[in-house]
Amino acid sequence: MIPRHLVIGVAVMLVIVVAMGVYARRMRRQAREVEASAASALPVAPPASGPTETVTLYVADDASGTLRGRPAQIPLPSGRQQRAEELLRALLRVYQQPGAVHPLSAASDIRSIFLVNPGAAVIDLNAAFADEHRSGILSEQLTVNSLVETLAVNVPGIQRVRILVEGKTRDTLAGHADLSDWFDVATVEQAGN
Amino acid sequence: MEESVTATHRILAVLLAGAMLLPAAASTAGDDKQLSVYAPIATYSLPVIERAGRDYVGLLEILEPLGRVSSQAIGTHWKIRYNNLEGEFVAGKPRCKVRGRECDLAAPFLLENERGYVPIAALGSLLPRFLGRGVDFHETGRRLFIGEAGIRPSFQLEAGAPPRLLLNFAAPVNPTISNEPGRLRMVFKRDPVVSPPSASTAFDNKAITQATFSEANGLAELDVTATTPLMATFSNGGKTIVVASIPAASVSAAPATAGVRPPAPRPAAPAQGNSTPVSAPSQSPAPAPRRLLAVVDPAHGGGERGAALTDSLAEKDVTLGFARLLRHELELRGFAVQLLRDSDSTLALDQRAGAANTAKAAIYICLHAASQGSGANVYTALLPHEGPAKGVFQPWNTAQAPALPVSNAVAAAIQTSLQKKQFAAHISPASLRPLNNVLMPAVAVELAPGPSGISDLTSASYQQQAAAAIADAVVSMRDQLGAQR
Repeated sequence: MIPRHLVIGVAVMLVIVVAMGVYARRMRRQAREVEASAASALPVAPPASGPTETVTLYVADDASGTLRGRPAQIPLPSGRQQRAEELLRALLRVYQQPGAVHPLSAASDIRSIFLVNPGAAVIDLNAAFADEHRSGILSEQLTVNSLVETLAVNVPGIQRVRILVEGKTRDTLAGHADLSDWFDVATVEQAGN
Repeated sequence: MEESVTATHRILAVLLAGAMLLPAAASTAGDDKQLSVYAPIATYSLPVIERAGRDYVGLLEILEPLGRVSSQAIGTHWKIRYNNLEGEFVAGKPRCKVRGRECDLAAPFLLENERGYVPIAALGSLLPRFLGRGVDFHETGRRLFIGEAGIRPSFQLEAGAPPRLLLNFAAPVNPTISNEPGRLRMVFKRDPVVSPPSASTAFDNKAITQATFSEANGLAELDVTATTPLMATFSNGGKTIVVASIPAASVSAAPATAGVRPPAPRPAAPAQGNSTPVSAPSQSPAPAPRRLLAVVDPAHGGGERGAALTDSLAEKDVTLGFARLLRHELELRGFAVQLLRDSDSTLALDQRAGAANTAKAAIYICLHAASQGSGANVYTALLPHEGPAKGVFQPWNTAQAPALPVSNAVAAAIQTSLQKKQFAAHISPASLRPLNNVLMPAVAVELAPGPSGISDLTSASYQQQAAAAIADAVVSMRDQLGAQR
């Protein structure tokens, strides 16, 4: 004969185990939903407000190894810094389209751009931009030139550009293009021509 | 007090032991065993490891510069694929299968860190099965000749005053020459010099008495014995070494001229119509053109793999094979070449630039490989934004600035030369270190797939065509490169 208090104890423990299982399952489902929503949030959507303006995006073409100026109509906010960020995000969207001539990872993003007087701009990329970038001199240099030229042509007054990744200096973009120093806009433009 | 004395004694003992061990360590490093391989398309040296009293060498490393090669280790089994041939080895077993046929290795196969090592004693029988042609393996000297790669010297003694010994070779050679009392030593590291019909040749001359050939540890050595001091000069485009006796009177009168003329000033190309190889040293020979030094840098290496060209092919491996071929092509054209790495080793970018600057090279060529694009891309430095130079010092990040015009001219010449060989070639500036840190003309060449796709990157013939095109272009710029120095 099993003592009554033992039966009650085992029953209570079983109930607790079942309850914990149900709770854990719910928590796991919630975590999955959060991950899915985070992934679907990339790339960042264009701003809803701001007048549409015509800008020139310098788009890299891997096949010819050149940049091509492409006019684009995008909504731009009034602030100089925000304009610069939206400008490069618009450029990024070109590279993230299916069949892009210079494909970049869907997770690539511009974290922020700092415009520092006199004439300096700092582009802060997210980690995925660099980590998932294809490795190769041509591919990496085209990305750098495309960012620098698009920024310099559409935001007047920028003479030199620095590229950071996750707010920190990084030796190279993906093993080749050197990011450890400032890019001289005039030199990059000359190289592009 | 007693404790401090004991501690001092301990420190002194450690320092003393260190001082005693240092020369031993240095001599050990200098005595590393190596195997030299001479093939029509490449000359290279490989480290030899010793296990259980036997010498072993990596089979993949031997075949790598000669064709497309890949390997796979599964447990104790190791498979290697060379072009379209397969070999199967089992760790610890003295037999293997090549093209499905059994082959005896004479000693157990070695598998370490997924790299396959074969006893060097088995190379003579094993390699012809992969290469489909004969090899001549000098086991005691650890020198391996593939195909008709050997150069046999011939001697011609001119008994005059002073007497001269002419050493004639079928191709240009570049030995390291040193002068010791009573003999002149010529050590051939990269030249496939083989023994003359007799390893020791005696001459009927009072001054120059004997020439002796020997081989050891991947090197060949030719010693000329004499009773008077000797002097060596190069002629006939490096195909003839003239060893002349210096009379004792002239040695004492002009001691600064006695000794060995270093091989560096050797003429790069065969002299036209040079039927008389060289004039006697006492007759003030015309100054030979300087031999320019090219630094070839196979990008990446060691833990830094570079781009993943395929799932199993790393950029660092392609650049090394390509660099060895370029070295061979440049040496054929009369350049001295320094490879910044000749194995899978890690080198920082600053170390690479520092080595090139220290060597005072005439040109720096960095080699890369990419899976995208086609043909080859040639790059010069895209200099960063930098303030003006302060004083006599050149800013490190823009050290390339003074040499950039010549770099651009060399890049244009390489592009033209590549296009002549049907390579799609582009040229552009790139922010690629260490191009901007080197003082001499500097270019980077990124080899991309050819018509056959990604497999071209490991094709010896594809790489050799690109290397020959680059070497042709560099030779065409010789005058401008020489003027930079």
